[in-house]
Amino acid sequence: MRTYHQLTDPDRSGLGDQIGAQRKRVAERLAAVRRIVAVMSGKGGVGKSYVTAHLARGLARAGRSVGVLDADLNGPTIPGLLRDSDARRATQESPEPASGLDGVKYVSMGQFLEEGSPLSFKGPTAESFVWRGAMEAAALREFLGDVEWGDLEVLLLDLPPGMQRYIELCDILGNPPSVLTVTIPTPESRDAVRRAMRAAVDHGSELLGIVENMVGGELKGTAGDDLAAEFATAVVARIPWHPTPDTWNRLAAQL
Amino acid sequence: MKFLCVECDQQMTFARRELPGDGTLAATFKCPKCGRVVAMLTNPMETQLVSSLGVEIGGRTVPAEPFEMVRANVVTGGPAWSGDAQERLARVPSFVRGMVKKIYADYAREHGITEITPAIMDNARTELGLEGM
Ligand SMILES: Nc1ncnc2c1ncn2[C@@H]1O[C@H](COP(=O)(O)OP(=O)(O)O)[C@@H](O)[C@H]1O
Ligand SMILES: [Mg+2]
Repeated sequence: MRTYHQLTDPDRSGLGDQIGAQRKRVAERLAAVRRIVAVMSGKGGVGKSYVTAHLARGLARAGRSVGVLDADLNGPTIPGLLRDSDARRATQESPEPASGLDGVKYVSMGQFLEEGSPLSFKGPTAESFVWRGAMEAAALREFLGDVEWGDLEVLLLDLPPGMQRYIELCDILGNPPSVLTVTIPTPESRDAVRRAMRAAVDHGSELLGIVENMVGGELKGTAGDDLAAEFATAVVARIPWHPTPDTWNRLAAQL
Repeated sequence: MKFLCVECDQQMTFARRELPGDGTLAATFKCPKCGRVVAMLTNPMETQLVSSLGVEIGGRTVPAEPFEMVRANVVTGGPAWSGDAQERLARVPSFVRGMVKKIYADYAREHGITEITPAIMDNARTELGLEGM
């Protein structure tokens, strides 16, 4: 029997080349984006999306061009935080990002789904564990490579809990994104966020600092300071419940 | 992937790609020497896996469209809303808006309508007896 390389006619399918072309498309699109920042925590419900959206608005108010990619495909909350009217835009027809509050550009799976419906894929559902992860990674790749982001100073990526999406991102981008970490003050949050930060460091991401959210209320602990000391980075903001725009403007000024 | 005609010891050339149904993807290859044609058939799970990679067996003939994978594979559901129709929907009080939207979307689906316009909303209201919505 012959080997693949002994057959010298071109491989018309060229699956490897097709994958390469996809990467090139992402790289070309993002060449006009100065900085890519992943907002992550490794824990759900700590305010990643809330921080991402309000930080983006703070940046936009300071006159900086900013985009938000909602990388939480299964729990998209960015449209609810950024859209300035209740009407849904049919962006599946247009590669332009939606324009949200304070002029923040954003793209989210939420714009593609029927209100309240979970992300699901056409075709047979049998053995979905085999292909579902790949489908989600492909959707993420299209959001990065097909959306006409234009010139951006910062593209913020709102990640779901856990590490999977971050690792996919490193793969698709070819370079690890910078990472802004969000935690709440509790020891439980600290332990979950520590794992996420460890993974970020292991993949070579630059740590931009820690945002400690939901401070000054019932949540007790020193997660922000503990993590900052462990990873030799800074607590760049402590966000109380229902902060004023000033809080976000100050955080934006540090990025 | 490449296909070899073992008898002729000759690489086969890609002929065409089809979706004959049942979630099957068929790619046919032909031996340039003996003319034999073979088809590779994938089962539905394999077809999903190929489409999740955003690649085409046999090679791309046209460059990928924006959101090609999302458009082809994500269940987006619901008809499109024209700008005017969106505005009108936005005037519905928010606590019933979701329900009202669903009524119109269901109406459109039953009537094979792909875009909801104010005129369609009027028709639906009359037909369903929903004056005032
Ligand atoms: N500082 C805050 N003040 C008031 N509400 C907040 C604050 N941070 C988060 N929230 C709310 O808490 C909930 C969870 O936040 P979210 O951003 O969705 O978390 P995550 O994205 O980490 O899962 C949301 O309803 C959000 O609006
Ligand atoms: Mg979130």
